[in-house]
Amino acid sequence: MRTLYKFHGGVHPPTNKTQSNLTPIAQAALPSKLLIPLHQHVGSSAKPVVEVGEYVLKGQRIGRPEGHLSSAVHASTSGTIAAIDMQRVAHPSGIPDLCITLIPDGLDEWIALDTCDDWTTLSHTDLRHRLREAGVVGLGGAVFPSDMKLYSHKHKIKTLVLNGAECEPYITCDDMLMRERAGEILQGAEMMRALLYAEEVLIGIEDNKPEAIAAMKSAVVAGNHQRMEVIAVPTVYPGGGAKQLIRVLTGIEVAAGVRSTNMGVQCFNVGTAYSAWRAIRFGEPLVSRIVTVTGNVSRPQNYDALIGTPMDELVAQSGQLPGTTGYIMGGPMMGVLMPSRQVGVIKAANCIIASSDKLFPTAKPALPCIRCTRCADVCPSELQPQELYWFSKAKNFDKAEDYHLFDCIECGACSYVCPSNIPLVQYYRFAKSEIWAREAGKKAADAARERHEYRESRIEREKREKTEKLAAKEKAAQAAKTPLQPVVAAANPDADPENTMQLKIQTAIDRAKEQAAAIKPKNVEQLTPQQQAEINDIEARRARIRELAKDNTDAQP
Amino acid sequence: MSGFFSPFITKPVSVSQIMLHVLLALIPGIAIYVWFYGPAILISLTLASITALVIEALMLKIQNKPLAPYLKDNSALLTAWLLALSIPPLAPWWLVVVGTAFAISISKHLYGGLGNNPFNPAMIGYAVLIISFPSHMTHWLTPHGLAEIPLSFPDQLNYIFHGMLPDGVRLDAVTMATPLDTLKTQLHLNTQLKDILEMPIYGRMAGIGSEWVATGFLLGGIYLLAKRLISWHIPAAFLGTLFITSGLFHLLDPSHHVAPLFHWFSGAAMLGAFFILTDPVTSPTTPRGKLIFAAGAGLLTYLIRSFGGFPDGMAFATLLMNICVPLIDAWTQPKVFGKKEKQP
Ligand code: SF4
Ligand code: SF4
Repeated sequence: MRTLYKFHGGVHPPTNKTQSNLTPIAQAALPSKLLIPLHQHVGSSAKPVVEVGEYVLKGQRIGRPEGHLSSAVHASTSGTIAAIDMQRVAHPSGIPDLCITLIPDGLDEWIALDTCDDWTTLSHTDLRHRLREAGVVGLGGAVFPSDMKLYSHKHKIKTLVLNGAECEPYITCDDMLMRERAGEILQGAEMMRALLYAEEVLIGIEDNKPEAIAAMKSAVVAGNHQRMEVIAVPTVYPGGGAKQLIRVLTGIEVAAGVRSTNMGVQCFNVGTAYSAWRAIRFGEPLVSRIVTVTGNVSRPQNYDALIGTPMDELVAQSGQLPGTTGYIMGGPMMGVLMPSRQVGVIKAANCIIASSDKLFPTAKPALPCIRCTRCADVCPSELQPQELYWFSKAKNFDKAEDYHLFDCIECGACSYVCPSNIPLVQYYRFAKSEIWAREAGKKAADAARERHEYRESRIEREKREKTEKLAAKEKAAQAAKTPLQPVVAAANPDADPENTMQLKIQTAIDRAKEQAAAIKPKNVEQLTPQQQAEINDIEARRARIRELAKDNTDAQP
Repeated sequence: MSGFFSPFITKPVSVSQIMLHVLLALIPGIAIYVWFYGPAILISLTLASITALVIEALMLKIQNKPLAPYLKDNSALLTAWLLALSIPPLAPWWLVVVGTAFAISISKHLYGGLGNNPFNPAMIGYAVLIISFPSHMTHWLTPHGLAEIPLSFPDQLNYIFHGMLPDGVRLDAVTMATPLDTLKTQLHLNTQLKDILEMPIYGRMAGIGSEWVATGFLLGGIYLLAKRLISWHIPAAFLGTLFITSGLFHLLDPSHHVAPLFHWFSGAAMLGAFFILTDPVTSPTTPRGKLIFAAGAGLLTYLIRSFGGFPDGMAFATLLMNICVPLIDAWTQPKVFGKKEKQP
């Protein structure tokens, strides 16, 4: 028997899973249209590579990854591009983002797929490149491009953790996927293990899913997988959070801002492993996912749904009941309310709950905090939520940071138990965004200083760069559009904040490369498309800096 | 419309329910109280409850806060009960009213109301009374069976509201000092501890009636622990410290210092351990902080009882430790996830 570790706190909300996990996964009907956002992942938005009126096949790339951290977007079925414009997307803010509207032709005809019978014949770089081109991102809710998480040196990572815990109430998509497609999940896991040079694979599943555990266990035997273990973990929310599951399975606590890989662990959702396998073995890009449709519907059910399916069309297939007040994407603990019922299903959408006043009654008015510390008792990050609340409320953000505000994973356990009905997580989100805004302000000031310094060297270089500048200006205009933040952590608290860290690190790497590129003449022959993309990205960045310098001169009296 | 932000569900437990459970947990102690001392305590409890609710409503009104959610939170009632249980049951009615009114208006609402008061309101009420009306605070009813002339309920009512006793009965005949008080006075008179404890007011462990009332509160406390309405830290650290310090003195000088159990079952120790010190608003939030806080209160209670000017030290010990809460909290912040030294 493996010794399991505990994490502090946690809650036991009613699981409400049996509504949707009694029937097999159904194929969702082809919708009347597909609304496919170009920004469904962490990183920069994909760039559209099709035009309005163009006919596309299922699986055809319609958005290419842009920059180092990005992912491709594909046509989920065959049909005609009807629009490329700003639409409301599955993000609680309701701010429109660039979407491709696709009208299906009903044939659902695949593009020629690049299958691969034996992935071991492919190089690691090639595998990663294929995953990126297939638009494979974390499906537990974090939507972090998977290729970026599959880098490792030998002997650095010991354990690959596969997350099938699914701790959020109502959601059963991973449960059903594991029951029905266990073999393929494990094939994907084998591939991930190879990419990471990991020794063992630990698959954590909460013990309220005996069928999934049994299916996965027999698949391990059937596939003759070595050093791969299916482990039933106690059912406790948020036991499916990446950090919490890693802790339970390995005893390792990955602190906020630390990459789990530095501690010898990497974690993927089971759905991601499945999609990665399909992408490599069958060349299928990520054009569909399993979505639980539940809540105020007559037939709760899991669907294999195309990315971009308007949510109301999907929910209609389960028989939406009267009294539905809106849709929640994700679970009731960490899910987000959709700004409209027509938004398209995105890669992060593991569950759609039709909400009603009966299911989720209006919160009672909040009373003052009575310092009962029920929140601290359940906080998996071992924070003092009541302190964070006082500091956030008093806008004492420095103090809030001292009390580890950024270690909060926004799991909502504290709000769930608070007898005073204080929407604690809301206060933390507010405090975090205020701090970010402040940081951004500081960055703007730094940028201004940099601009000033740059001007010195600019004058002598100006002549030499004049022609280059003209070309760059165009590119910069394209790159200037700031993309909307993608929905991170819609559901499972799988959204490990580590990703933000990774992002920062990546930016630093990019910057270093950029500097290197500035001095070294580039070997422009034999570039992989990936390298080419990087170069383009760097070029755009450099152009932007030049632009800034130029603006500055113009402002001179 | 259901909420706009996650979590969309909450655990159905409210402040009002928590407070209600605490009130319920007081009932065994109160029942035993009535058995030994007659129903006078019920009058104090009622008087205090009504005063608390009226003053609470008034204070809310003045501050333009909504009445219903706050009046229903049961916190004012709890303050009222704890105060009523701390003062002599045969006290004149205005004593209860003044004490409660002070507790609710000054020590709770002037500090910002529910959740914001740094001091335990009931103990502030008690402190104000014992300083302002010391003589009224020392006449405790003689327990059932010991009194020469047992007072009937109408007699008790008559005294509480009109200050009149039946003809020919003097107050001294129906009341007495508390067992703790008697112990202190007699020790000052150089009476042998052995002889003191032979006095009829003492029972097995402490005062003949009060030891049972304390047992009632202990039972209630166990209920609170079992229901996880309080954590073990405060009662354990308080009773533990009280036991160890009194035990130490008892071992060193058994002729002048009573045994630890006497301290446990005397005065407000049990009430304090489970109901007063555990008030979440005025106690530390961290587990280590709770231990420090309660240990401090245990030590102070013992010192005040043995060497101070007041018979019982619970109230002052509580208030003194209340002052330290912000400091204790700041000092005892626990390490967060992933930031502890030890990793497997
Ligand atoms: S659970 Fe609510 S009332 Fe209790 S300490 Fe936390 S924030 Fe305050
Ligand atoms: S939301 Fe943050 S503070 Fe609240 S329990 Fe979760 S991690 Fe702790």
